[in-house]
Amino acid sequence: MPENLKGSIGPEQQFKNYLTEGKFMIQKSKSLNEFFFHPRVAFPGTGERDLEWVEASGNGIVYSTSCNRRLPEKGGDFNISLITLQEGPRMMAKIEGVAPDQVVIGQKVKARISSLKGEPAIIFDIVEG
Amino acid sequence: MDYNDINKLKGKTAVVGLAESGCGIAKGWSAMEIMANSVHDALDDAGIKLSEVDGVFAATAFHSMAAMSLSEYLGVKPKFADGSQIGGSSFLSHILTAAMALDAGLINVAVVAYGSNQKSIGGFKTISEAMPYEAQYEPRMPVTAYALAAKRYMYEFGATREDLANVAVSARDWALLNPRAYTHNDGPLSVNDVLSARSIVDPLGKLDCCLVTDGAAAVVMTRADRAKDTKNTPIYLLGAAMEHHHRMVSEMPDLVRTSAIDSGKRAFAMSGYSPKDMNTIQLYDAFTINTLLFLEDLGFCNKGEAIDLVKNNNIGPLGNLPVNTNGGGLSCVHPGMYGLFVTIEAIRQLRNSSGDNVGDRLNGGWIPNAKLSIAHGNGGVLSSQVTNIWGVSETI
Repeated sequence: MPENLKGSIGPEQQFKNYLTEGKFMIQKSKSLNEFFFHPRVAFPGTGERDLEWVEASGNGIVYSTSCNRRLPEKGGDFNISLITLQEGPRMMAKIEGVAPDQVVIGQKVKARISSLKGEPAIIFDIVEG
Repeated sequence: MDYNDINKLKGKTAVVGLAESGCGIAKGWSAMEIMANSVHDALDDAGIKLSEVDGVFAATAFHSMAAMSLSEYLGVKPKFADGSQIGGSSFLSHILTAAMALDAGLINVAVVAYGSNQKSIGGFKTISEAMPYEAQYEPRMPVTAYALAAKRYMYEFGATREDLANVAVSARDWALLNPRAYTHNDGPLSVNDVLSARSIVDPLGKLDCCLVTDGAAAVVMTRADRAKDTKNTPIYLLGAAMEHHHRMVSEMPDLVRTSAIDSGKRAFAMSGYSPKDMNTIQLYDAFTINTLLFLEDLGFCNKGEAIDLVKNNNIGPLGNLPVNTNGGGLSCVHPGMYGLFVTIEAIRQLRNSSGDNVGDRLNGGWIPNAKLSIAHGNGGVLSSQVTNIWGVSETI
């Protein structure tokens, strides 16, 4: 990278910009042909900087899940899960469309871009069957 | 990396004084005041003057530069200070750093300290920033992270909430023997009590979570040669190691395998001892799942088998494995960061069996003939893991 970063943006802002455009993009190293998440300036652990953004398939598997208890007047119970993406990396997200305590580890899920508190956010839905 | 010289620090330094202050509720006292109390009391315990302190180690959720603030408050001028913040295990890593600084001759007397009055001023206090890529989902950190680990553990090993509850039941049984414990007069817990407590984040209920209390603690360390001339029995640092693999739970490589696997292996290697040699086992139990994970990761049983190890109150006062003998973070004290309290219990057990008066316990609360203790610290969301092995002089 050039020392002077004026006029460019970092990977975190780029990720958010893509989300705003309706795209769920993740990074991969071209030489390793491996994906990673969350967005970074180089591949974690080995430091490759030959990175490119690729649109994620949005397919994933529930790695773990939790039901966060909250009073109804404060919005009620909600789900927080960890999803292993088909491309390999894992991420935190919320699963909607089922009761927050009815998500099961190993279930197939599919990402969509929604919003949380006015910011674009990746939410997962359970895939039938 | 070659760790052949790993035992260079074995037995070179010792804790020669310790104290707690304001544990439970310290209304009317600031975090700094109770932390300073514990430092002065620990120095009295050691018989070392404040003016001899030239190393200061501290981290709190109240001070961005805790080692500096504490030094100023005490009126000491450290030649070496460290305020590294890796969560609740910080103090076990401070002990390693202090041992290195003492052994290198940079300092002669180190104090490691912590203080929090969180309970008196409104509840759990953290200075953790919002985690990028997690915060927008509003996880209830740190509970959500530990719930995710517990859920995965249950899935992989067929564990049940009853298995988790067994940990809380034994911790309370120890607290009933310890007059210092916050729940000392609260009576025993049953598995059913734990299961029927209000859920915080499924699968963790209120009694799967640690206490929220005030409390401060300090230990005084010096080199082995100087340690011989102090007031009470020195307890020697035989092994110490740290490791961490993630900060955010979403980046944890494997939710049921912590980097305690690595810190434990290297700490035991430095000490020359193994898990079966430990007379007391003090593990950072912020949540019931912690005890299961650390018993496995530190080598007290195989992965997935801790649920059998904790059955039938086997880690309680009448069991075979003395784990968290003060009552733990679950039932003794947990002022936000618990690492020094794990350490102090590991050392108190050894001092008691050496004949020091370190307080009263009900019958069975002290482990007879204890010569070796493991203290294991955890920080963040199962993130930083630091293991210390402590022993009496004959174990060096």
